[in-house]
Amino acid sequence: MTGYLIRRVLQAAVVVLLVTMITFILLRAIPGNVAVAILGPSSYRNPQVLAAFNHEYGFDKPWTAQYLLWLGHLLQGNLGFSWTLDQSVASLLGSHLPKTIWLVGVSTLLALIVALPIGLWQAVRRNQLVDYSFTAMSFLFYAAPTFFVGTVLILVFSVKLHVFGPEGPQGGLVSDVTDWRDLTLPVVTLALVTIALFSRYTRSAVMDNLTEDYVRTALAKGASGRRVLWRHVLRNSLIPIATLLGLSLPAIMSGALITESVFNYPGMGYLFFKSAQQQDYPTLLGFIIVVAIVTVAGSLLADIGYAVLDPRVRYTRS
Amino acid sequence: MTIRAATEDLILPSPGLPRAPGKTRGMFARGLEVFLENRLAIAGVIILAVVFAFCFLGPLLYHTDQVHVNLANENLPPGAGRPLGTDNNGYDILGRLMTGGQISLEVGLAAAVLATCLGTLWGAVAGYLGGVTDIVMMRVVDALLAIPTLFLALVVVSMFPPTETELILVIALTSWLSTSRLIRGEALSLRVRDYVQAMRVMGGGSVRAVLRHIAPNAVGTIVVNATFQVADAILLVVALSYLGLGIRPPQTDWGGMLNSGINSVYDGYWWQIFPAGIAIICVVIAINFIGDALRDAFEVRLQRR
Repeated sequence: MTGYLIRRVLQAAVVVLLVTMITFILLRAIPGNVAVAILGPSSYRNPQVLAAFNHEYGFDKPWTAQYLLWLGHLLQGNLGFSWTLDQSVASLLGSHLPKTIWLVGVSTLLALIVALPIGLWQAVRRNQLVDYSFTAMSFLFYAAPTFFVGTVLILVFSVKLHVFGPEGPQGGLVSDVTDWRDLTLPVVTLALVTIALFSRYTRSAVMDNLTEDYVRTALAKGASGRRVLWRHVLRNSLIPIATLLGLSLPAIMSGALITESVFNYPGMGYLFFKSAQQQDYPTLLGFIIVVAIVTVAGSLLADIGYAVLDPRVRYTRS
Repeated sequence: MTIRAATEDLILPSPGLPRAPGKTRGMFARGLEVFLENRLAIAGVIILAVVFAFCFLGPLLYHTDQVHVNLANENLPPGAGRPLGTDNNGYDILGRLMTGGQISLEVGLAAAVLATCLGTLWGAVAGYLGGVTDIVMMRVVDALLAIPTLFLALVVVSMFPPTETELILVIALTSWLSTSRLIRGEALSLRVRDYVQAMRVMGGGSVRAVLRHIAPNAVGTIVVNATFQVADAILLVVALSYLGLGIRPPQTDWGGMLNSGINSVYDGYWWQIFPAGIAIICVVIAINFIGDALRDAFEVRLQRR
């Protein structure tokens, strides 16, 4: 177990290092000149000012030195400075990331609570009307673009029925709790596509487990069907779903970006989208690194959870 | 949107299934049989055929001006001469659905083909060579996979506002990763097969092994994965266009139509978003039906023959 853990953590560290390299390459691929962009177009006429700027920020060094310098800043928590918003990227993250974590967390939890029973029910009643109906729904929500679903929800629940707000809570984290009517639609929008995937996956995982020998053994020993289903089959089916959760994190983050833009929810995804429009590269790349680290950590946790839950993994995954 | 792609290797059958030698024609005939028995797949093929005919042949029968803005005709509801109404620039929506669909389908297909080729080559080389090369190549894939596709694509298109060709490139370059993982798994199991070993003994090189033996034998996995890639690529183009960073006007795609329609849909102009939204859903569902059926068909071909 320890060996597996060490190997897995090392691997994650290498991946994070590679992410910083990719991000750095992107940073240098940006068209135009950083100094001119910040000092203004007229600075072309003052080469010594440009040279001084480049020297102060290390842009005159070879790119390997620049990379190491930038990496050193990263390790100290300095993610860069957004000239557009006149704020450090770290402080932007501090104000926007909690909102996104809250949105993603609540909607993923909701998705799991809804999708697991549906998948279980579908597996038990497979090839019956219930199964077909939920399969059709999961195809529908998987295929529907997130922003289209969000807009239709706004049209129905805000514009027509006036039940929920059309715009996400605008304040800090507290407003997410107090303005739950405004939070409902973003959470549901983001949850729907996740429910579509998770229920489908639970269905196939439960169906696989139902054919296992331990189910027959448990039934033969006199356990009730309900007990076998909830205590044995569901627990075993949860194992691959832990991995799925880790793997789905990047996709859920992409979904969060769209959802936040639809509902003007001031989270990280919305800020990322605004920064892309304004070509605010330091913010974009700082965010990318943080999202990537969160993703790598997520799949690392999922794998460790998998190894803890299922001892077979430790030996077969070398 | 690429949840499906990211988890494909979990859902697909493990690559180590025994494969008995047999006549190629028989194998494909059997697969085709299974495919044709699947009614959803037939429905998917029919839906796609209709949508393709609508987008590419439709403009020959139904002429509209999709280049010049005509504000005198803006935001008209469906009626005589304009079955689906007009948008906020006065473009006819039915006609725009056709030309926009051309771009969505072209970009989706081309990006998926390109991503599949790239992913197949990368995965086959990594899996076949193994060792340090494999480790380095797969860690690069892991690193790129850690960055959500939409985030990466947004950064690239914000740096270089894309034409249609460039959009295809961006999407292909950000979505080949899951394919490469799958194919690497296949290659790992294929390279120790007797016929590959035999070819090596007879003096065949690595290039020959990858191009002539590994890639063709992974064709089932490749085709199934490519199908889902098309659906994901279409959804990614749509998302980029919706965020206003896709194809530039006056050209548009279905996502662009939704982008401009959503601004006025709260004024009651429902006809500006529902046609494009429904078109996207139909196409993506149809492709998923076909992909599922292809998976069953190849699985049967591999297992039960």
